[in-house]
Amino acid sequence: MPHWGTPRHPVPLTAKLNARRIKRMVNSAVSVEGLRVVRGGREVVRDVSCRIAAGTVTGLLGPSGCGKTTLMRAIVGVQIVAGGTVTVFGRPAGSPALRRTIGYATQNPAIYPDLTVREALRYFASVLRFPPSDVDRVIAEVDLADHAGALIGRLSGGQRSRANLAVALLGTPELLILDEPTVGLDPVLRDELWALFGRLAARGATLLVSSHVMDEAARCDRLLLMREGRLLTDDTPGGLRERTGADDLERAFLHLITEEAAR
Amino acid sequence: MSPAVTLATTRRILTQLRHDPRTVVLLLVMPSLLMLLLRYVFNSERQFSGLAPALLGIFPFTIMFLITSVTTLRERTSATLERLMTMPVGKLDLLFGYAAAFGLLAAAQVSLATAVSVWWLGLDVAGSVWVLLLVALLDALLGTALGLFVSAFATTEFQAIQFMPVVVLPQFLLCGLLTPRDEMGWLLNGISDVLPLSYAVDALTQVTRSAEVDGTLARNMLIVAGCALLALVLGAATLRRRTP
Repeated sequence: MPHWGTPRHPVPLTAKLNARRIKRMVNSAVSVEGLRVVRGGREVVRDVSCRIAAGTVTGLLGPSGCGKTTLMRAIVGVQIVAGGTVTVFGRPAGSPALRRTIGYATQNPAIYPDLTVREALRYFASVLRFPPSDVDRVIAEVDLADHAGALIGRLSGGQRSRANLAVALLGTPELLILDEPTVGLDPVLRDELWALFGRLAARGATLLVSSHVMDEAARCDRLLLMREGRLLTDDTPGGLRERTGADDLERAFLHLITEEAAR
Repeated sequence: MSPAVTLATTRRILTQLRHDPRTVVLLLVMPSLLMLLLRYVFNSERQFSGLAPALLGIFPFTIMFLITSVTTLRERTSATLERLMTMPVGKLDLLFGYAAAFGLLAAAQVSLATAVSVWWLGLDVAGSVWVLLLVALLDALLGTALGLFVSAFATTEFQAIQFMPVVVLPQFLLCGLLTPRDEMGWLLNGISDVLPLSYAVDALTQVTRSAEVDGTLARNMLIVAGCALLALVLGAATLRRRTP
């Protein structure tokens, strides 16, 4: 439990709660309150509330179709929502002021197949008004220096998804929303990318990374588990193991899911 | 609006085209080849000169409509548009960027077709060749703008191509190329009055027949340019930052 200190003078309870809320708002990069999203007549995100602390790596986990991508889209501000609020750095999600501070990589590469890696990145860098020198830095960060001059359409799936990730790294985004960035990558590269995520968080960036690989969950500071549009849990990996009495996270999640089903 | 982003978008699209030389060659050469075909189908310079001016506008109009609608649709379906919409990009930056890139391409295409028609195939232009070029370029821009707009209503490339007969063919039939517009029934004449291609063809015909640049010509050119601008702005309205 976070400890906010004892006020010197007794304060009315509501004011105390408000102060607490404000303090948490300041500390959290993203705050989601009662988010509901309806797509094609189906409620795909059901009353989700969560906070993502600044400077942390948060894992968003859950089976395919559980609403992970929709929640991420709502945080980026490209999703039409049916209810609730999403606040990013104190502003409503999708505010024009946030457009240079959020790096977003979709699961399916959103990058021009008929450009080379460098050409595509140079375009996005100029749209974001970041210097062209940034392009070589992000290419190195995703380990694509050998393919910088190759057409994206001719790259392998894993290389293409790294090129896609590189776009999100342009500039120094304070918030990175990465949808399954490590799918189809070999273990060495996955390890390198997670090390990169750790470095970015150490530098002060906030990361929300979706994944369905449990060994990646262990590398997060905090985990959000979604299932059928609901947020099942919001805990640290250690806390989760402790609470469920399971050693590995895969079992911990199974435990939570059966617990939820029993309710 | 940011000129830097518009320019970057134009450069990006031209770079994409550079990686696709086959498309570029087809785009540049096709209208000229069609003019050549037309010339020898008639086998008479006089008959050719009657139809050629209108076709100098219609070919680029059609081709630009097709390639713009398919390219824009590809941007919409490949999620790169959504990514751009999360960035500090104005909708008009994108559309004007597109229009400028395809406009440049259209300028090359139209220049080549006009040069071939005038200096090789014997097209007689009474007015200035430059004005003829300008009108043909406006037509191509109109095709680009309509293609951008219409791509919002297609969800697949297959659908986008189906819009070609819907948007282009009625304008082609009613623009006065097959029958003079004032000889059509009142209904068809009325419809042709609201279709922008009619004014484009009127302008092209006038440039080839008389050396005079008068108010009618200026008005017709302004109408074509205005329609292109309107389609671009309507196209911007179809771009959404938030989607379901």
